[in-house]
Formats: sequence, C-alpha cells, structure tokens
Amino acid sequence: MATVISNERLTDGVYHLQVEGEYGGAMGQFYMLRAWGAYPLLSRPLSIHQVTDRGVDFLYHVVGEGTEIFAGLTPGDSIELEGPFGNGFPEVEGRIALVGGGIGIAPLYYCAQKLPGSDIYLGFSREAFRTEAFGPLAGELNINVGGLVLDSVDFTAYDHIFVCGPHPMLKAAQLKAMAAEQEGRGPQVYLSLENRMACGIGACLVCSVSCRDGQRKACADGPVFLSREVIFHD
Amino acid sequence: MINLTANIAGVHFKNPVVMASGTFGFGREYGKLYDVSMLGGISGKGLTLHAKPGNPGVRVYETASGMLNSVGLENPGVEAFLSKELPYWETLDTARIVNLGGNTLPDYVLGAELIQQDDDARRLAGKRAVDMIELNISCPNVKEGGIAFGVKTPAAREVVRAVRAATRLPLAVKLSPNAEDIAEMAEMCEAEGADAVSLINTISGMKIDVRRRRSVFHNLYAGLSGPAIKPVALRMVHQVAKRVSIPVIGMGGITSATDIIEFIMAGAAVIQVGTYNFMNLRAGSTLVEELQQFMIEEHISSLDEIRGII
Repeated sequence: MATVISNERLTDGVYHLQVEGEYGGAMGQFYMLRAWGAYPLLSRPLSIHQVTDRGVDFLYHVVGEGTEIFAGLTPGDSIELEGPFGNGFPEVEGRIALVGGGIGIAPLYYCAQKLPGSDIYLGFSREAFRTEAFGPLAGELNINVGGLVLDSVDFTAYDHIFVCGPHPMLKAAQLKAMAAEQEGRGPQVYLSLENRMACGIGACLVCSVSCRDGQRKACADGPVFLSREVIFHD
Repeated sequence: MINLTANIAGVHFKNPVVMASGTFGFGREYGKLYDVSMLGGISGKGLTLHAKPGNPGVRVYETASGMLNSVGLENPGVEAFLSKELPYWETLDTARIVNLGGNTLPDYVLGAELIQQDDDARRLAGKRAVDMIELNISCPNVKEGGIAFGVKTPAAREVVRAVRAATRLPLAVKLSPNAEDIAEMAEMCEAEGADAVSLINTISGMKIDVRRRRSVFHNLYAGLSGPAIKPVALRMVHQVAKRVSIPVIGMGGITSATDIIEFIMAGAAVIQVGTYNFMNLRAGSTLVEELQQFMIEEHISSLDEIRGII
C-alpha cells in the first residue's frame, strides 16, 4: 500500500497523481495501480510520468470506472502499486525527438528528464496541459492544439524519435518512419502502445501485439516497440 | 498441524490452491513476484498441437464482478512448450498440469501423444515434469473445436476416449458450464477412464458497444469469469461431485479462503484460481496463507473433514 501525496486536476478529465514511496523505473515503464477492493476487477496500467525523491508520479485521463475512482483520490488516501513493469524506451544518444499526443505525453516527461535537450512535440485535441514542465528540459518545444502534431516533425532530422499517443497517431508515425527510411535518412522510431491489459506481467495474453516476428506482449515485451516491428491491423 | 494436502490419481498436491489455465502463463511471470512452488499446482496456458495467434480485436472487457475474455487460446504449441517451458517446470516443486486444447480430434490425440512421448523420455532419464493432462474441451473462444466438443456428450466422449487411449498420464477433463448436462458429461468422463473432472470453464457471454452498434468482441461472444460466476460454478461442482466417484477440481470466481472452503464443502478435491490472479498478482500466496488461518480459526485440521459435507 502506498499513500497519495497529491492528485491535481490539470484540465478537463486530466489529473497529475503523486504517490509516496521508494519507486523506481525506466523511461516508458509502467505500474499497475488500484485504489479499490474487489471491483473493478482489474488494476489500471499507468506509465511513469516521473520518479522523484518522494515517490512516483502519473498523468491520467479519466476514461472509465477505474480512472474515475483515481480522480476522487485525495492526499493521504491509500493506493496499491505493482511494478515497474515492461520494457521502456532505450537510453540513446544523438538527435532526439519526443512526440506526444494527449495523455500520451505522460511517459515523455520522464524521457525529457533523462534526455535533456531533446526536441519535444506535444499535441492536444482541445486544451494543452503540463507543457510548462517540459519547457526547461526541451531543446525546442513545439505545442500543437487542435491539429496534427506529427505534421511538425521532420523525421529525417533525427536519429531517434519516441512517440506516445492515440492509436491513429502511432500508425501515422510508423508511415512517416517508413517514408524517411525510403529516403535513406530513417531514424529509429519507438512507439509506446497503450493496449488493454489484465495482468500487466505477461501471463494473460490479453495485450498481444502483432509484430513482424510473431505475437508479442505489450506489457512484457513492450509497451515500447520499434515502429518497424509492429503490424497495425486497423 | 493443519493438513492441506490432496491426492488425485497419485498426484500429490501440497495444498488445494492450483492456478487455472490461461491466467498464469506457465508460472514464470508470477514466479518473479513470489515462490510459485508454494502452490498446490499450476495448470499451464492452454496448448494446441500447433501454435495459435489467438483472436484479433478486444480481448478483455470488465463486467459487474466479472470479466469477459476472448484471448482465443493464443499459445506456442505443444512442441515449443515441451522444449522451452518444461525445463522451467522441472525447477518447480508443485503439481504441473498441462492444459491441452485442440481444433480437431486428431489435433487432441497428436498433442497427447507428443506429451506422452516426452514424458516417457523424461522418465527414462529419471526426470518427470508433467504430472497431469487437463483436457480442455470447453474453450468458448475458438471457432473450431473447443466448446464444440464440450457441449454435447457424444462428441465429448469421442475426444475423451481418444485422448485416454493416447496417454497414460493422469487425465482430468475440463468441463464447460455450457454443456447440455454437465453431470452427465462428468459421468461420461468417468466411464471413459478420466481420473478427474475440472469445472467450470468460462460461461459464454456478450458485450455490445451501443454507440458503435456492434459486439465489443471480434467473435461476438466471449468467456465470462470472476466472482460473478461463482454461484453457478459452486452449484455445478456440487451436482457433479454427487454423481461421480472421481475427484472434482472446482473453480469459478474464487477470491478468498472462504470461497475455497465453499468449493471443498461442495465436494471439490482441489480448486483452481483464475481471474483473481489479475486482481491480486500474489493471489496464490495470499490464498494459501488465508486458508491456513481460516482453518486454524475454525478448528479444521484437514480438508477431508469438510469435503463434500453439503
């Protein structure tokens, strides 16, 4: 059991949760969280937003029953954490872009801390949030509200690009990566997938991802995959 | 001293807490969180003769006190299991159960034969890694085979008979709650030489996305598990235990020591824990400890004292 330090509403439906305790983890890894008893049955996977001296932070968007319960947490409340799980983003060097869409910016803040000076692209459908925190860490900071943030990213200009966001954005990033590769200037593009999970540790096979080399698990083999490995079905 | 042990067809269970197929992988992942050798047993991820990619689309959906799944038996196939997973199982001190599914009758038989051949070779080498086969004729999430064999007794008889002939390993048959008559099905299994029956598998269910006006699941239906199905499972275990003399492995929505006791009182020899593994990643360890505590409090020295008393 861990204790909630704060649970701040950033904008409509988006919260910044801080949990106290000795928690670690790598960029792009996640924890399974639950703040209830038996129901909802499943814990919720949330990626690490940052690790601090006091504990670990998460950003989440209220989308269902579990995250609604999270939204009601107040300082001092108890919460269960299991993790960190999954394989995250690699420690890389060179010209780096971090590209986040909506709540997909959550893991990129920890990346920005670990890889200061990276160019950061943040896209939001209606209202930007948490952008002020990214500014001091960014080489160049690009914020897009209401458009397509990927349109601003020149895939031929980077060695490594980390992308986290909604499914269509990840597919679009894969296409841009392929186009850049055909020009002979392809960066290594890493996508963080947000699949439904049950166990979070690789046992249930609920979060299977179709990859070039067969079925893999978003929770244990990912959630971060090289874009060229993933096969998008829809 | 509390006695938690059970015995099914010569297979020793140090306690009645067995992890259910499909919820525990082959134990490796949970083995990083606690010592899985403390468990009574592990029923591995359902295997088919050849590897299966499983179902496309949404694979899990929460319901009131339950969960629908449509994983569709994604698995590495029998041979990959034997070469890659069995060496890990050899390191475990718990009952090791292979859950065997199939698309066709020959698939079931060939799968059982491969497991038997491997077991023969291991015995010759002084090793034994598989303790029991759990024959899955009740997966609701595969289009061919699976539940098609598990609903009607004559079809199920053909599979049980053929697999019984293909292996000398202890054989449990996992029954479907969707069977036309689950007690009759269990009697058939006993008559065909099964050493145990395990029940229940998931109940066929459905979830509709009303905005998109279609089922959430690619295959329309999915398997319901979790606490929502416990009363149904308990009733079926009770009915079956009254009708057969072979041991009954009971499962369905178990999340506490008192749930285990209920199943034992209904006649189960051991129980299996499924969905609770997702609610509590240390479910096995939690339940074994809780069960011991409950038995101390209730002055129960052995599960034999209460088994089938209802």
